[in-house]
Amino acid sequence: MKNCTPDSMQDFLRAVTRRHFFRQTGLGVGAAALTVLINRSLFGADLPPQGTANVPGPDPEKAPHFASKAKSIIYLFMAGAPSQLDLLDHKPALQQLDGKPIPESVVKGERFAFIRGVPKLLGSPYRFSQCGDSGAQISELLPHLPEIADDIAVVRSLSTTQFNHAPAQIFMNTGHQIVGRPSLGSWLTYGLGSEASNLPGFVVLLSGENQPDGGTACWGSGFLPTVYQGVQFRSQGDPVLFLTNPEGIQSQDRRRLLDYLKTLNELHLQSVSDPEISTRIASYEMAYRMQSSVPELMDISKEPESIHRMYGTEPGKASFANNCLLARRLVERGVRFVQLYHRGWDTHGTSSHDDIASRLPKLCLETDQASAALVKDLKQRGLLDNTLVIWGGEFGRTPMNEERNRSKFLGRDHHPKAFSMWLAGGGIKGGITLGQTDDFGYTVVEDPIEIHDLHATVLHLMGIDHTKLTYRFQGRDFRLTDVSGNVVNKLLA
Amino acid sequence: MNLKISTAEKIRVLLSWSGLLTFLALMSGAAISARISLSNTSLAQSHDTVDFRRDILPIFQSSCITCHGPLKSEANLRLDSDEAVIRGGNSGKLIVPGNSQESVLMKRLLGDGTAPRMPLGGNALSKAQLETIRTWIDKGSFVLGSPAGPAATSGPPVDTGRDTAGPPGESSEFIAKVRPILSERCVHCHGQGVQQNQLRLDSLAAILKGGTSGKVVIPGNSERSPLVRRLIGLVQPRMPYGAPPLSAGQIDAVRHWIDRGAQGPDLAEAISPKGGVKHWAYVKPGSPSLPVVKNTSWCRNAIDYFVLARLEKEGRLPSPEADKATLIRRLSLDLIGLPPTIQEVDDFVADDSPKAYQKVVDRLLSSPHYGERWARPWLDLARYADSHGYEKDDRRVAWKFRDWVIQALNNNMSFKEFTIEQIAGDMLPGARVEQQIATGFHRNTMLNQEGGVDDEEYRWYNLIDRVNTTASVWLGSTMACAQCHNHKYDPFTQKDYYRFLAFFDNSEYYVSDLGQGEGWVVEPELELPTADQYAKSRDTRAEIAKLQGVLDTSTPELEAAQPNWENELKRTEQDWVILRPNRYVSAGGTTLKLLSDGSLLATGKNPEADTYTLAAPLERPGITGLRLEVLKDPSLPREGPGRDPDGNFFLSEVEAEVSPAGKADAGEKITFAKAVADESQEGYQANNLVSQKTYKTGWAIDAADTVNRRQLVLIPDKPFGFEQGALLTVRINHEMRHASRNIGRFRLSVTSMENPTRIVEVPASLRPVLDTPESGRNEEHRKALAAAYRSVSPLLQPTRQRIDDLKKALEELGIVTAMVFKERNSFERPSTDFHIRGSYLNKGEKVYVGVPSALNPLPESQSPNRLGLARWLVDEENPLTARVIVNRYWQTFFGRGLVETSEDFGTQGEPPTHPELLDWLATEFMRQGWNIKEVHRLIVTSATYRQTSAASLALIQRDPYNRLLARGPRFRVEAEMVRDISNAAGGLLSPAIGGPSVFPYQPEGIWDRPYSDDRWIMSQGADRYRRAIYTFIRRTAPYPSLVNFDAPSREFCTVRRPRTNTPLQALTTLNDPVFFGAAQAMGRRILKEAGSSATERATYGFRLCVSRHPTQKELDQLLAFYSSELSRFQADSAIACQVTGAKVAGVETPELAAWTMVSNLLLSLDETLTKE
Repeated sequence: MKNCTPDSMQDFLRAVTRRHFFRQTGLGVGAAALTVLINRSLFGADLPPQGTANVPGPDPEKAPHFASKAKSIIYLFMAGAPSQLDLLDHKPALQQLDGKPIPESVVKGERFAFIRGVPKLLGSPYRFSQCGDSGAQISELLPHLPEIADDIAVVRSLSTTQFNHAPAQIFMNTGHQIVGRPSLGSWLTYGLGSEASNLPGFVVLLSGENQPDGGTACWGSGFLPTVYQGVQFRSQGDPVLFLTNPEGIQSQDRRRLLDYLKTLNELHLQSVSDPEISTRIASYEMAYRMQSSVPELMDISKEPESIHRMYGTEPGKASFANNCLLARRLVERGVRFVQLYHRGWDTHGTSSHDDIASRLPKLCLETDQASAALVKDLKQRGLLDNTLVIWGGEFGRTPMNEERNRSKFLGRDHHPKAFSMWLAGGGIKGGITLGQTDDFGYTVVEDPIEIHDLHATVLHLMGIDHTKLTYRFQGRDFRLTDVSGNVVNKLLA
Repeated sequence: MNLKISTAEKIRVLLSWSGLLTFLALMSGAAISARISLSNTSLAQSHDTVDFRRDILPIFQSSCITCHGPLKSEANLRLDSDEAVIRGGNSGKLIVPGNSQESVLMKRLLGDGTAPRMPLGGNALSKAQLETIRTWIDKGSFVLGSPAGPAATSGPPVDTGRDTAGPPGESSEFIAKVRPILSERCVHCHGQGVQQNQLRLDSLAAILKGGTSGKVVIPGNSERSPLVRRLIGLVQPRMPYGAPPLSAGQIDAVRHWIDRGAQGPDLAEAISPKGGVKHWAYVKPGSPSLPVVKNTSWCRNAIDYFVLARLEKEGRLPSPEADKATLIRRLSLDLIGLPPTIQEVDDFVADDSPKAYQKVVDRLLSSPHYGERWARPWLDLARYADSHGYEKDDRRVAWKFRDWVIQALNNNMSFKEFTIEQIAGDMLPGARVEQQIATGFHRNTMLNQEGGVDDEEYRWYNLIDRVNTTASVWLGSTMACAQCHNHKYDPFTQKDYYRFLAFFDNSEYYVSDLGQGEGWVVEPELELPTADQYAKSRDTRAEIAKLQGVLDTSTPELEAAQPNWENELKRTEQDWVILRPNRYVSAGGTTLKLLSDGSLLATGKNPEADTYTLAAPLERPGITGLRLEVLKDPSLPREGPGRDPDGNFFLSEVEAEVSPAGKADAGEKITFAKAVADESQEGYQANNLVSQKTYKTGWAIDAADTVNRRQLVLIPDKPFGFEQGALLTVRINHEMRHASRNIGRFRLSVTSMENPTRIVEVPASLRPVLDTPESGRNEEHRKALAAAYRSVSPLLQPTRQRIDDLKKALEELGIVTAMVFKERNSFERPSTDFHIRGSYLNKGEKVYVGVPSALNPLPESQSPNRLGLARWLVDEENPLTARVIVNRYWQTFFGRGLVETSEDFGTQGEPPTHPELLDWLATEFMRQGWNIKEVHRLIVTSATYRQTSAASLALIQRDPYNRLLARGPRFRVEAEMVRDISNAAGGLLSPAIGGPSVFPYQPEGIWDRPYSDDRWIMSQGADRYRRAIYTFIRRTAPYPSLVNFDAPSREFCTVRRPRTNTPLQALTTLNDPVFFGAAQAMGRRILKEAGSSATERATYGFRLCVSRHPTQKELDQLLAFYSSELSRFQADSAIACQVTGAKVAGVETPELAAWTMVSNLLLSLDETLTKE
């Protein structure tokens, strides 16, 4: 412990058993938390003990995990809720009934955000065609998606319980509609740690209108230690807050300061023996490494021209395409969970700014090419097998035209009862379409999947039994899937 | 069993038409396996009477309950119990007893054409099944105890709030029926002697806890309970293992008990290891006597006896007392949250008197900063924030509550009053303003203002939050678990939960109705004028009302003057020259068409945001007004004048430029001083176009009326134009935020008259009246026109001016508001709805207020309302509150509570490390009148607290969490303190206490809100350096450096913050401009205040951060770093300027830069961030 260089810190971390390590960290979870950032898969196939590990709990041993292909997740979160009926859930019958009032019995007693009375059905104005060997039905709005049709599983039978954006996004991310539970990415970094040596394990990138409706709680850690919350990499200013040295301080100046700082901290460590000091020393070293690794990561200008063409990226610009490319670069560097938010899909049809005739195509234009490119790129690099890609929003949209205030623009209201997503890689069975909705696309009639089922499946793909990834808080073991959730076996390769 | 499974398989096939998940079918299949054979013959034939459980339930189970059962209850309808069937669902009652023809159930099953036939999408029931149901309805017995049933109960329900778990009889069901079965068949392998798979079935708690494969009983759902599934063999191996199965009757008994909630006798009693003894936390603390210790001389007060007794028992010694510098820093951080000044340290070190320590404690306890420091953890509990949360997350004015907490703590309000006022201050007799402000505690819940929310649903979520928070904060109990079901481990029933919730469900609110799905719950706000403000506002409002009366009254004088005004108004049209643009373009792709009247009509594409640019020749100089006429046109949506579907537009900006004729490049920007329109939508006044607001807005009108023309007049700050002629360029901007609300038809004109706004003196809607001869006007028109005249008449100008001034003065009074509770007047015992399985939509019976049955009863003397609850919380009979509170104080001082799970004192929480000490502290706290400062004094004056935190590695490894308290506490300080220490060391910290929240430096782009132009405008002056507790908290975008150090977002109650060490923290202390700014200030301070030698200066800087003197080795390091930095800055003074923030280099700049870097290092030192 005397010469606590970064290397010897690593040795130190390796030398102690996992359990012992946690016991030794003493106050707080500082060191444990830091390992999410600095230690390579410290948690490996095991899970960290609970936050109150010093007293033997009722069930300190976690069940062993099973082998899994997926190591990382890239979650393309389409905030605002894309219209499944115009993109992935083809409904010829609905097109035929366009303009007819929906049978009253279907909507009687239903709650909508904005629709009042008996609304009219709205057939999709877009053509669908069968794509790939799988014959998946994909809308013309997504011309690039067919290129990966045989890599993705289209799921058309999701439903949620929330029909307002903020709670639905919080639910989709945390398994509960009220803020306060850890997000999917937090659970994963808590459960699996991170393989990245110079980067946080859970990174969030935003594009589109601005941050999602649910705010930072979408990637919050809830009752888990805050180190498990997502770190937002920003496209303006410092990519990570406070990454850049103040004016007049170069990297070598920072190094010099850190060397003295380390020596001083070590001197004090010798006199008080608190292992938290070692953790803090390591955290400063990690910060220093991030100062070079993050800008290097964010600089996509050196990517070959072919890659830029494939994604539609423009270095220096803030865009979804750039974020997709960054996501690939992040998982290449071992980041566990990358979440991209693209906000703007809330196509109510109150004006041309939010209708399905002009706004929806624009959103597709902003996202389709890069989403497909990401999957293709991961595949060509051999990364798709161990990277799970998820695309989707927080709920679906109604088969009826909203016509709020007699708007003449076409648009759809919030619809939690049925919506679509697609998943690829990481152990997902490609080239399938799972689930059916009724002829209107109103309710799920086959293979219903609830959010907890989706979460159970995602965790399963990462080698985690969703019933066993728990954290004791306020006297009970919480989990992402709460008290439900079933792995959707049909999605597994 | 095999046979039964195959039956289940058949059912699955049968059910697959309804598109259900396989697993759902499997479960329901399992549930009905024992009964399926009954469903094909009419039971009416084989029995005299029809019994619901025997005859009807199997039918529903096979065909209905996948959608109307425990897993899903479509249309809020469940068909899995007779009560539920009789209760009905969204479409009302299902059954008219005795009349199957009129019963909705039969109609739906038969399919009478008015609604889909049931089962939806599935095969119709068989004739025999229908016949059975018909018979049941017509002849069945419907005598039910449920008030929801048709047999109405008489009189109001009497609820004393004092029964035990669930309705009577249920607890005995476990004892009478279930336990005997388990004892007979199961406990040989799952009991006291043997616990296969760590499962015990010999007590209710153990049964509910489950074994290695998880839970075995899911209360309320026998279908999903592994216990049942094992018993019927759906999951192998079937149980009892290797023995004959249970009889159908036995299985039924178990299932019935589980379906009714798996309740039993007092859970705490059942789980107690000794049996029959209550869980310690639910027993009122006794007053333990001091234990006998050997080393009495070490002990300074009672705390130490308890701690030392434990240490001696373990054969351990306490650590020596910490050195004085460390002690005073520890005390200062703990009691006021700030490091001591160097002078304070030196004074203490020099003070040899036996009272030295006591003096410091006294000083700190009476410091006004004490309240700030101790408000911090309380505000975490109170989830205090300055915004509403959720999507819109608008600002709220809540800081009066924060200041109330600070003041209450500074005044050493007893915890008893502190509690009562926060829970129910509004209900105290003659509640003072401060007592009402205190109720802000529970007004800190979030508010969802997202479009289309169900306001009642979110009000309900707030009630839940209020219950859960109250239970966490005062009772250290996880009552939240009982929202959906009886608490599995602690003695809280689901009914207890709603009784508790009822306390909060009787306060005033209304729902704002903004139409079209926009509306939310509005709870009371209290205006808090100072005496002066109150008097002023009252007088001002009275005067405004009086003057308004003058404005509203016609006089002969005014009537005489009006025709003149009308004539001038009509004539003034001639004072305007219509501009004929020779160039007009749209930036967004709109097609602009010039019409013969000089107006432009927008057609074709309607982009989201457009800018129209027009250029027109000006013949005359001296232009005093520019007019924009906005016109209707048949080609526009609803005839316009705007292009959005309602004919609206939103104009965000008008820019203009004038250049001499022929010199287009010599253009000059025209600044407009004023903008007036003859019509504006509320909140979108024309003057928005020119006012310097913090955020941009614009001009809009209400297109709904039939007015053909609206006019906007812009007044330049000086007349423009050139003698030789000029070119005027006007840009009309529309913005993205109001997408595609571009103007559809418009026209520009100019005037050089003296009073250009005359043209808009009559509202657009009255213009046609003006143009009608007097004789053709009706009375309404006359009145309106007269009012319009009065509103501009020079005769009334002084009155109008006075009103404007008064209104402005009223606004400038800046009366603060507070969010408060106000109890509804009611003569009934407050009540609320029970929510079945905790679902918002699934309401059950009415539940009346009551406290949890397992705790001390509500005293007879207390009213059964929120005030009664408040007093009950701090009743000395309450076994939890005092323990929970002192434990949390202990946690703040020592880093961990005596009960580590400070949020959970239940059976699943950690037991106390020093139970007698906890009880002693709790009883002492109460004995001293819940005196917060005294209990803090007690803790900090103990020898236990005064121990050094330094230890050998061996000692730390023996007790890494310091549970034995054999050393002092050492841990990183909380987020707010990290920042305050830094600003204090830099000498920047403002000592001001209270007031509105402030906006210190924050990086760009943190506040990135949809639907909001609200911006973080940095505070000026000392407000940038206020203590961190005053930083504005926006819930969805909290202050980043505080978040980095584990501060919560305040969206919900936080009992215990985690403590992490991360690289993001390192980046914050090194590079956040706030911290680097503190380093710069500290550098200046070192140069100014310390001696002249580098050693003196390094020592001074070191002590500003950590109070103690550096060791020689430490000093050497600091000096070596200083020299290396100094030589760097001496070599390059430009860089030195950058580092110090100086514009030009002075003589001292390199030194200052070097000390800035030393300060930057010191502020990042582990010890600086740590209390030790």
